[in-house]
Amino acid sequence: MAEYANPDALVSTDWVAEHLNDGTFKLIEVDEDTDAYEKSHIAGANSLHWRNELQDPVVRNFADKSQFEKLLSKKGVANDELVVLYGGNNNWFSAYAYWYFKVYGHDNVKLMNGGRKKWELEGRELTGEKPSVSATNYQAKEADPSIRALRDEVIAGVGKTPMVDVRSPDEFSGKLAAPAHLPQEQAQRKGHIPGAKNVPWSKSANEDGTFRSLEELKALYQEEQGLVPQDETIAYCRIGERSSHTWFVLKELLGFPNVKNYDGSWTEYGSLVGVPIALDYKEEAGS
Amino acid sequence: MSSSCVDAPDDYVGETSIRGLVERDGKPVEGAYVRLTGSQEEFVAESRTSEDGSFRFWVVPGEWTVICLAPGAERLEQACNLDKGKAVDVRFELFPAGTAAG
Repeated sequence: MAEYANPDALVSTDWVAEHLNDGTFKLIEVDEDTDAYEKSHIAGANSLHWRNELQDPVVRNFADKSQFEKLLSKKGVANDELVVLYGGNNNWFSAYAYWYFKVYGHDNVKLMNGGRKKWELEGRELTGEKPSVSATNYQAKEADPSIRALRDEVIAGVGKTPMVDVRSPDEFSGKLAAPAHLPQEQAQRKGHIPGAKNVPWSKSANEDGTFRSLEELKALYQEEQGLVPQDETIAYCRIGERSSHTWFVLKELLGFPNVKNYDGSWTEYGSLVGVPIALDYKEEAGS
Repeated sequence: MSSSCVDAPDDYVGETSIRGLVERDGKPVEGAYVRLTGSQEEFVAESRTSEDGSFRFWVVPGEWTVICLAPGAERLEQACNLDKGKAVDVRFELFPAGTAAG
């Protein structure tokens, strides 16, 4: 089986199990809801709460450089230390954290393929014990804008820059404003960015949470959708964490050198005054 | 039967949901993964069963498939058709992977 463009971006559950007590890396579980971690987690893993710790508490933005430094110092991460991330939701939030670590220049980061689900489905051990942590003096680099798309760049790129909308087909068409199982109040308008291709994020993952093979991913993004690795590409979803998962696929597995995550995503774009929107779904008369 | 999907009792009228139970040897299974997929095998949501083996998805009406994954157990799935204002109950009875349904 052919290798991913950056196979070192992933480690397997086997690898983590084998190296758990080496002391050669920090293991961190990233969740939207840390209840699961509080109950049990992989031995030695610390936690990161996606909303409370990775987001600015007031401004809609991820935590800034100084907040990131304080956070990683508190978690006991040393500069350049290997960090292995995993989490629930098929690694949604850990993929977001991976992207975010890359933004602040912590390059020595990997995802555990399959996340928490794969570990559990393999019947591996979990513990409720929290690791002891010695604080460090972590120094981040300045934020790297080359992997993040902001609003104005997205507006300027409509119809020109290849974009991947990783939401469900019903969100993409404008039938729904949010995933079918969540409250439907979200952006002001439904639909998608004109010209964007729809590749739901989940198509890149197997049921056990691991990423699909290189051949399957190539077929999905390149053959079926015509995405070209050499093009600058932007991935988006609703609030930017599903699209981080796809950003990881395009960048690290397929080797697209110039791909950005638009973390403002549809909750930003779909509420902007005057921007073009493609709405495929038409309400039937009388429905 | 390893899985079944039935209309929930009348007191669920007005809610649109899929709720269910995962059991093994008649006992509730906590922490089983339950996946909700749409009509084109499109993944919608995933949940884990609570201590009492239960799970619940709130969804818009339509055709859904619920898939159950648990360590050491055969993968199970159940299709459900959800009308507006109704709810359905799904039950999964787990059995060891690689064996035929009991």
